[in-house]
Amino acid sequence: MSTPTNIKPKVAFFDFACCEGCQIELTNYGDTDFLKLLQHIEIVEFREAMSEKTKQAIDIACIEGSFTREADRKRLESIRDRAKTVISYGQCAATAGINALKNHQDDYKTFVYGKDAQMPHLDSSFARPVSAVIKVDYQLFGCPMNKYEFLDILGHLIHGKEPVIPNYPVCVECKRNETVCRYLVGDHCLGMVARAGCGAPCPADGIPCEACRGFVDNPNQAALEKVLVENGGLSPERAKNRSRMFNANERGDAS
Amino acid sequence: MTKKVNINIEHLTRVEGHGNIIVNINNGNIEKCQWQVPEAPRFFESMVRGRHYSEVARITSRICGICSIGHTLASVKASEDALGIKVTEQTYKLRQLLKHAENFDSNVLHVYILAAPDLLGAKSVFPLVQSHSDVVKRALALKRLSHEWGSLIGGRTTHPTTVVPGGFTKVPSESALRELKDKLVAAIPELDATVETLLSVADKIPAFERPTEYIALSNDHEYAIYDGQVQALLPDGNKKRYAVSEYLSITNEYMSEWSTAKYCKNQLTSYMVGALARVNNNYEHLCPEAKKVAKQFALTNLTTNPYMNTLAQLVELVNDAHMSIGLIDQLLAQGLVKEPIVQPSQFATGTGAVEVPRGILFHEYSYDSDGMCSAGNYVIPTNQNHANIQYDFEKLVPELLAQDKTEAEMELALEMLVRAYDPCISCSAHYLKVKFVK
Repeated sequence: MSTPTNIKPKVAFFDFACCEGCQIELTNYGDTDFLKLLQHIEIVEFREAMSEKTKQAIDIACIEGSFTREADRKRLESIRDRAKTVISYGQCAATAGINALKNHQDDYKTFVYGKDAQMPHLDSSFARPVSAVIKVDYQLFGCPMNKYEFLDILGHLIHGKEPVIPNYPVCVECKRNETVCRYLVGDHCLGMVARAGCGAPCPADGIPCEACRGFVDNPNQAALEKVLVENGGLSPERAKNRSRMFNANERGDAS
Repeated sequence: MTKKVNINIEHLTRVEGHGNIIVNINNGNIEKCQWQVPEAPRFFESMVRGRHYSEVARITSRICGICSIGHTLASVKASEDALGIKVTEQTYKLRQLLKHAENFDSNVLHVYILAAPDLLGAKSVFPLVQSHSDVVKRALALKRLSHEWGSLIGGRTTHPTTVVPGGFTKVPSESALRELKDKLVAAIPELDATVETLLSVADKIPAFERPTEYIALSNDHEYAIYDGQVQALLPDGNKKRYAVSEYLSITNEYMSEWSTAKYCKNQLTSYMVGALARVNNNYEHLCPEAKKVAKQFALTNLTTNPYMNTLAQLVELVNDAHMSIGLIDQLLAQGLVKEPIVQPSQFATGTGAVEVPRGILFHEYSYDSDGMCSAGNYVIPTNQNHANIQYDFEKLVPELLAQDKTEAEMELALEMLVRAYDPCISCSAHYLKVKFVK
């Protein structure tokens, strides 16, 4: 997407089922970085921050959140029709992330809404990624997304380059950071099958990696379970379910 | 009154999540006047089932990106109650400091980015980058401060990492806390400037009164945001306190036909939570500097104009900064140590509540003997406000009609009212739509 420097690409932000935490990350650059970003892009729609909406063509559409109901299909298709490039940002958009944690349950509606579960406006089905409905050009993983990776991807696209999205495990980043392995301090971790790119903040802060950026390609899920039991001390039942938090749709047993 | 008005706004902008307003007026008769919430439901109550207590707060943090610190804190407090865990004084103080960071962060976001454009006559913050560059720079600088502040204690502000049942997995260094204190002290003149900016546009805040019930955490010794009992204040000044564990009989959630979020009521037909409810309930505990700001904007211990919620948030910004400077002094006087995580002594059912920016938040969990969660429940501030917004609409629309407001003026008044509540609709289940036929 090479554009003359005097024409700023039109960027729009859209949200579906999510916590909007990835949008909030956009407000966390602080004064300098955010104002610099605005020198390079023109934001034409961003419901949470501005009243204007656009019906025009968009250069880059950034979509947050999962597809959870048919009612949202048309809105997604309309975004795709108007956008040259679509980025799904945040794990809810990329793989359905945490929203898919109920996909394996058959009673989630009645558990939450009881006798009201059948009211038509409460319609919700399995949580699916944006790519289940429309073609997505780039995926920005993570819960929340890494705001500097967002700048990196956007920067590459503005300059007509292909962004590089990591496909190696979080363990690599812990080694780089010289973070002591969670297994060596009596804990467990999902880092060995988890996609890196976050900088591995969780093990550095003293908690296990939850694989919030999804799995690396071809994760050895059987070996993960074995290690969780033998080295992490988890019960077999817990080990079996452990990676579901952000990866319900990526697992071998996905609904 | 016979003129034809038809306003139709879908997905109210500059609020978190999606809400619709439907108002149909025909020949002066209000046929329909609804605050609707068609946000896609996400089923977090169901998701936590079968998860270990150490994972639960990491799941429920994801209910809301703006109040993820608050969801994390309410969650670990409820789990600790269920697991028989008493946290240390250091943990308690660090969590208070973290809670102030989130309320400060969100109040800056709402006052400056979401509400201020209405008062400054803009459609968003972006044109203000040119027209009011000093205001925008100040807002972004304060936003960065709160992000650094929350990240220092919680690891991250969006989905904190270090907060777990039983304590903190990592505590800040004393030198980092000293640096934070210096930044907070340096921000005080910026807050003074914020007060001046708001004073210059305070006349744009609509005059509207609807006394209601105000509910907030409260305790006898401080401006409660992290801990306390539930206090309900009625328009006659009568106050009543409840234990947090009684939350179900206070909130009385019920389903509405037009909303994916639930509605609530306690002693009256609806009640209000959030900054205004906190200031009304806990006015006497505001620090002197915050009280001074309250007086400048004529906020009392019983302010009944819901539009004033944005000003109550401003009062709290000042309060958060000063109280946090005090907390840092106390923490440094004691000296920071890396403490072991307190382990469970039982597995039962427990409740926890904190004041997130938009009001009181309740979490409840039950655990089995393996420490696995068997049930979770949450009552979210915005849900507690939905019914109150609805009743405000029902009083406001006839008043606007009697004042012979134009369609555009009515639309803005209704939008500003909803924005004043600073609704966080993803939490409560997302949407706004105004439809008028007059």
